[in-house]
Amino acid sequence: MLAMNYRGPFRVRVDEKPRPKIEHPEDAIVKVLRSCICGSDLHIYHGMVPDTRVGTTFGHEFVGVVEEIGSEVTKLKVGDKVIVPFNISCGKCAFCKQELYGNCHESNSQATAVGGIFGYSHTAGGFDGGQAEYARVPYANVGPTIIPDGMDLDDAVLLTDVVPTGYQAAEMGGIKLGDTVVVFGAGPIGIMAAKCAWLFGAGRVIVIDNLDYRLEFAKNYSQCEAYNYEEIGDPVEFIKKTTDWLGADVCIDAVGCEAGGHGMQTITGRKLMMQAGSATALQWAINGVKKGGIVSIVGVYGPTGNLVPIGNVVNKGITIRANQAAVKRLLPRLIEHVQAGRLNPKGLITHRVPLESVAEAYRIFSEHLDNCIKTVLIPPSVRT
Amino acid sequence: METLKSEYSHIKGWGIDNVSDDEPNYPIKTYTGDDHDRIRWKRPTLQRETVEILKSTERPTNSAVIGTTNPPRGLSGMIRRYAFKHSENEFKHWLPLLFADRIDVVEGIIEDLVHLKVPRLIKERGWYALAKHAPGLLARKIGVRLAVLVVGVGSLKLARR
Repeated sequence: MLAMNYRGPFRVRVDEKPRPKIEHPEDAIVKVLRSCICGSDLHIYHGMVPDTRVGTTFGHEFVGVVEEIGSEVTKLKVGDKVIVPFNISCGKCAFCKQELYGNCHESNSQATAVGGIFGYSHTAGGFDGGQAEYARVPYANVGPTIIPDGMDLDDAVLLTDVVPTGYQAAEMGGIKLGDTVVVFGAGPIGIMAAKCAWLFGAGRVIVIDNLDYRLEFAKNYSQCEAYNYEEIGDPVEFIKKTTDWLGADVCIDAVGCEAGGHGMQTITGRKLMMQAGSATALQWAINGVKKGGIVSIVGVYGPTGNLVPIGNVVNKGITIRANQAAVKRLLPRLIEHVQAGRLNPKGLITHRVPLESVAEAYRIFSEHLDNCIKTVLIPPSVRT
Repeated sequence: METLKSEYSHIKGWGIDNVSDDEPNYPIKTYTGDDHDRIRWKRPTLQRETVEILKSTERPTNSAVIGTTNPPRGLSGMIRRYAFKHSENEFKHWLPLLFADRIDVVEGIIEDLVHLKVPRLIKERGWYALAKHAPGLLARKIGVRLAVLVVGVGSLKLARR
């Protein structure tokens, strides 16, 4: 089968790889119909996540049709079209039982701080991802959800990560009616978080980034205010001024470890890798939120450590909430939102690219070329 | 709520998921106490270990399912085995892994060559997309690489004198 193949930082290609096999009785083999390149794929593409091995196939956002099932799979049958959540979860451990599906303890031997994730390094379990023609899906009784009749595959594929993560970012913000919510990052997750903040009753939603085309997109898609941090001066001071000098009620970090905008963070985090990436967005979130406010983190950081103003967290009495999205928990509600027209996931897609052009697609997304917001990869077997 | 609703009537679904007493919030929203049973849950069937799996020192056994892709190999594998002697709490775990990743890239090129496959670096780096959408950026990247090459070769020549 054809599959994306990581060869090193900024180097990927499509190769023939053996088709995956059932390795556990709860496995399913899924023929991929759509997969996406996620903003967090860029962290592994850039070589920033430890234990990203050459030969790995990325891709934690994919939908497909079940081709084969293991002997213990009872909830799916061959031919079912499924949304595959990005997190691999057993449904039986203490964490899954509490719907912490992003924190499963039975899907990753290699790190305890993160559950298994498709195609996201051996630190996240060493599973191949869905930027391929086929993928092995463990715990097929738990994660995969049948795509409802009539749902567009382009909507479905964004329910694997982007929509749940954006929604949970807003949910973790504990938004009260009329709250001012500031979202750092106008990538797909930030745009979706801004959109979802309204569902929780936000009174004002502000997105901050430095890419004008993305800010323009966010303004239209999420019906929010959008500002370029290179034009507003100090972003924290800007937030204070625009909130009657108190700060935002909720700040959301939807950027993670590759943030720009702060020389010291960029040099120590991204260039010298002396910390687990650049924590600029988190720094701004902590400093820009009001006393007693909530900072919600969905941006991805590395496993070592970051320089953030933790003293201000204490002195301001800030609550920090963060997690990988529990996709399975959220899917029923999010499917309702999509079907009711309250969320339009496929509106984020700007590029539909053949799987064979994966190297160009990564480069376009990585360098923010061609007004790229979200890229969907389509395998050849689906195109013919 | 109703006044606010009319104010935001242009936003479909405004406030529909607001829960005024939304505490406790996720991640302790559905706390069950199951974690007080520690690791004594009924485990899924255990996957057989068919390749070498490097296990975190912070857990007693492998997880029930394991990823079997790209087992450790060569020099990078030796470094990874060293890294996994240390806990996730230690830089001695993570920094060797990052180093092993870089070694692995070189091993990947050697592997390609052994299989008579010449890596198409320009294609793999997506430079065709750069040429199409950002030729200036591509020229800058090539310029920087050439400059580094010239400085490197020049320094070597100077050192030999």
